[in-house]
Amino acid sequence: MVNASEIEKQLLPHVDAAYNLARWLTGDDQDARDVVQEAYLKAFRFFDTMKGLDAKPWLLKIVRNSGYTWLEKNRGAREAVEYDDEVHGEPAAGADPESLLLQRLEQSRARHALERLPVAYREALVLYELEGLSYKEIAEVTGAAIGTVMSRISRGRARLQALVAAGNEAEDPK
Amino acid sequence: MSDNKRSPLYYEAPTELRRGLAALARGFEPRERAPGRFEWLGGLKLAAASLVTIAAVIVTRSASVPSAEDRVTQEVVASHVRSLMVSSHLTDVPSSERHTVKPWFNGKLDFSPSVADLSAHGFALLGGRLDYLGERPVAALVYQRREHKINLLTWPSSETADAKPKLVSRQGYSVFHWIRAGMNYWAVSDLNAEELRQFSELVLAY
Repeated sequence: MVNASEIEKQLLPHVDAAYNLARWLTGDDQDARDVVQEAYLKAFRFFDTMKGLDAKPWLLKIVRNSGYTWLEKNRGAREAVEYDDEVHGEPAAGADPESLLLQRLEQSRARHALERLPVAYREALVLYELEGLSYKEIAEVTGAAIGTVMSRISRGRARLQALVAAGNEAEDPK
Repeated sequence: MSDNKRSPLYYEAPTELRRGLAALARGFEPRERAPGRFEWLGGLKLAAASLVTIAAVIVTRSASVPSAEDRVTQEVVASHVRSLMVSSHLTDVPSSERHTVKPWFNGKLDFSPSVADLSAHGFALLGGRLDYLGERPVAALVYQRREHKINLLTWPSSETADAKPKLVSRQGYSVFHWIRAGMNYWAVSDLNAEELRQFSELVLAY
């Protein structure tokens, strides 16, 4: 039985996850807000169809679809977005000491490199490394087979490392 | 929640977004059943009454396809929330001058919205915006009273009969709907219902 408290309980705890994914897909704060809002509207409307599924991957799948729709409409827009320390600056310290690859890399370079990664790798890494989703959950969100998810994560990491290394060699990170 | 959240690469959701979505979720609450609707049950035994109530609730809810009015109400509230979440989305033509706002819609819509100047009544016009509700473009006029923004959405109605302003929702937002001269009007705001009713009556009388 659907009621608001159920909707709130199931979906509202994942606003951060939704925004983080949308932010990494669109590369822009305002666009990410639009994508998240549109996704939540759909999720509220079709909450009935979630049934026994886990709310988080179910919701992130909708966010991803909205994000991809946005990407299609705005193809090429990203090239215009230049790296800007003011905008993409480093948040306050407090990094998790035992976290994975990403945190070991220099932050802003990692961020910049991740932004430039092809979207399939980017979303897989964002969901795995930042969101802590399992391979299986990522497969649900992206509609890809688990094997594909695993290979995207491993290739994504390799590409990311290569991009960061290339960035380190070049004097000018732009 | 995962500790990875503290990764410096993690983008946490802005507070406004979080608040907006929470308000939006409240708009999806099942509509309040009017008090008194089950008054005739008063004489029955409590158990029987609650059984009937439960059955009624099941019937109401299992028809889970929302009514057309519910859907429009949700879209109207969504449009309002969207307009407030990103400041640049509030108005396409920011102006307190109705003679600037009204002509701006020319050529953008297949109808010409009337734009009321209600500044004398304490409702300042902030401007206009083109919005989309469902599949159709609508005119959105933005007013303000104190710190509260009001979105007045209007588009042609398929109904020919006029309908008086009616409070459609009080969940999170006040929403009034009326029909005049073949046009739909929807007023939505976080303003209290009484002041929004006053606003609606003023627009209607303009």
